[in-house]
Amino acid sequence: MNKIKNIAVYLLFVMLTLQAFTLSAKNRFPKPEFESGHTQPVTITPSPRAIFFEYLDLVVLLASLTLISWFVMKKRSRKGVFGISVFVILYFGFYREGCICSIGAIQNITLALFKVNYTIPLTALLFFLIPIVYTLFVGRTFCAGVCPLGAIQDIVAFRPMPVKAWLEKVLGIIPFIYLAFAILYAATGTDFVICRYDPFVGFFRMDASFAMFLIGGLFLLIGVFIARPYCRFLCPYGALLNIVSRFSFKHMSITPAGCINCKLCENACPFGAIDMPVPHKEKEKTEVIVRRYVILSLVIPVLIIAGGFIASNFHENLAMVHHKVKLANEIMNNTNYGVIGKDAIEITAFKSSGQTTEQLYTEAAAIVDEFNTGSWFFGGFIGLVFGLTLIGLTVFKYHPDYSPNKANCLSCARCMKYCPVLPEKK
Amino acid sequence: MNSEKDLPIISRREFFRKGMQWSILLGLGGITVGLISKTMSDKTIWQIDTKKCIQCGRCATNCIKNPSAVKCFHGYDLCGYCDLCGGYFKPGTKILTTAAENQLCPTAAINRKFIEEPFFEYDIDKKLCIGCGKCVKGCGAFGNGSLQLQIDHSLCDNCNECAIARDCPSNAISRVLPKKAYLMQGLRAHNEWKNKL
Repeated sequence: MNKIKNIAVYLLFVMLTLQAFTLSAKNRFPKPEFESGHTQPVTITPSPRAIFFEYLDLVVLLASLTLISWFVMKKRSRKGVFGISVFVILYFGFYREGCICSIGAIQNITLALFKVNYTIPLTALLFFLIPIVYTLFVGRTFCAGVCPLGAIQDIVAFRPMPVKAWLEKVLGIIPFIYLAFAILYAATGTDFVICRYDPFVGFFRMDASFAMFLIGGLFLLIGVFIARPYCRFLCPYGALLNIVSRFSFKHMSITPAGCINCKLCENACPFGAIDMPVPHKEKEKTEVIVRRYVILSLVIPVLIIAGGFIASNFHENLAMVHHKVKLANEIMNNTNYGVIGKDAIEITAFKSSGQTTEQLYTEAAAIVDEFNTGSWFFGGFIGLVFGLTLIGLTVFKYHPDYSPNKANCLSCARCMKYCPVLPEKK
Repeated sequence: MNSEKDLPIISRREFFRKGMQWSILLGLGGITVGLISKTMSDKTIWQIDTKKCIQCGRCATNCIKNPSAVKCFHGYDLCGYCDLCGGYFKPGTKILTTAAENQLCPTAAINRKFIEEPFFEYDIDKKLCIGCGKCVKGCGAFGNGSLQLQIDHSLCDNCNECAIARDCPSNAISRVLPKKAYLMQGLRAHNEWKNKL
């Protein structure tokens, strides 16, 4: 009797394990054997876009960058730049649907630098590097017309109005803050904010939510009067190129030979990137300069620490964007994502994942820790940008000609046709 | 004039400029070397792990494409060819006909075809499928789970950051190498499960 009981228990155990097995494999019904000779179709899994086309994108980027640099630097042809702009809108814009782009590649680079398990595509790396290298050699020719976001704004800039210099300076800080946000959120693996808030991708895909079309449309509408608002006052990649371009080996010039100060190009630039000549060098007293530099050199570290301190006070709010931190917070406070009556989808998914709340809390705490460190750098960087902008306002640059501001000039070549000077014949 | 006096100032600026040029080049080189020594790939694409997927329905609504690039894929090798298909019929259907009121799929994207007694074959019409996952849920609850949500890579734009992956509650969507594009059961060539449960 006892033996039978043992066997029964054993059988029950076997059946239970089998049950557990079938539950995971879900083989409730056996695969049929057809008598009529029916052959079972094969599941078709369409293959992704071939890698060859990724390299084609790279070739197109290189070719259009080289061509546009040649048009700007050698041919001095606005028509050529415009032609490339149109091609880029068609290729990188409508054909490639705004993805891949150099602006978004910042985040791939950051994620790859901070997260070990992310394998960065070679194209993303090169899309990030190539325009920076070109900018270091010839200035921001990438912005001129190879960036699809810049190109689409450039061709709608019909009635550009000047922006007040102080406003231009203040708004010019925004790209650096945006860059800091993008790097913070990409480094923590939270989100790609640049891609998420790309205003024109909706047009390129001809398919977007109403809000996206509205924002994109607004940018284009503003862009008719204030040329390239995204490039000048938001673009984080533009912020990088802005820095690099200041130190470029070569840069386009307004005049093909010597500037004769005829003032014809004064209002030619839709981006306010032409520096007026400073006729006489007014030397300040040495003690004034020294005192100012002492103050500024003290102010910059103070700004960095203050920025870091302020941002780190908000690190929990910054971390709340991360889905895991959000989930832990919702579970801890029992708020259920504001859903009443049933479990929110996230809560259901979490319950079915088999993870314990303690595991989730430790993971979330680690992410919040990352944000704590990151927010010090984030705030410190913003403090540094403010400090350097202040120094930039006080630095006196002597130049006798009308010349492009290397930081803000987008090399669009509009100013060139206003210059009456003929190129020197050799 | 006072050009001789200006000379040291200019060369200081020039020195600063040269220094910055080289540090930018060095920085770029550093990034390149740092990333090449780490894992690099030709490209990555998005993949749904069907074991993690809970069919919440966000694939249908959150994809930047309309209709979504996520479609229902039928792993025929796993299908039981049931007459009463949990993925095809609404729960509680009495008479098993293809009448519209019986169908679970909101767009009638599943075709039911009689093979032989008692087997029926189900095909997904990709043009009608919106990737809502209702049939997937039904098949998983009552059948073998041969219907599964996967990203159709002929439709997927391969965004830098997948809008569905961002909002997926069960983190079922991740970046993989192109050869691992599909991770589902019932394919002839069996996939290895890289993403553990």
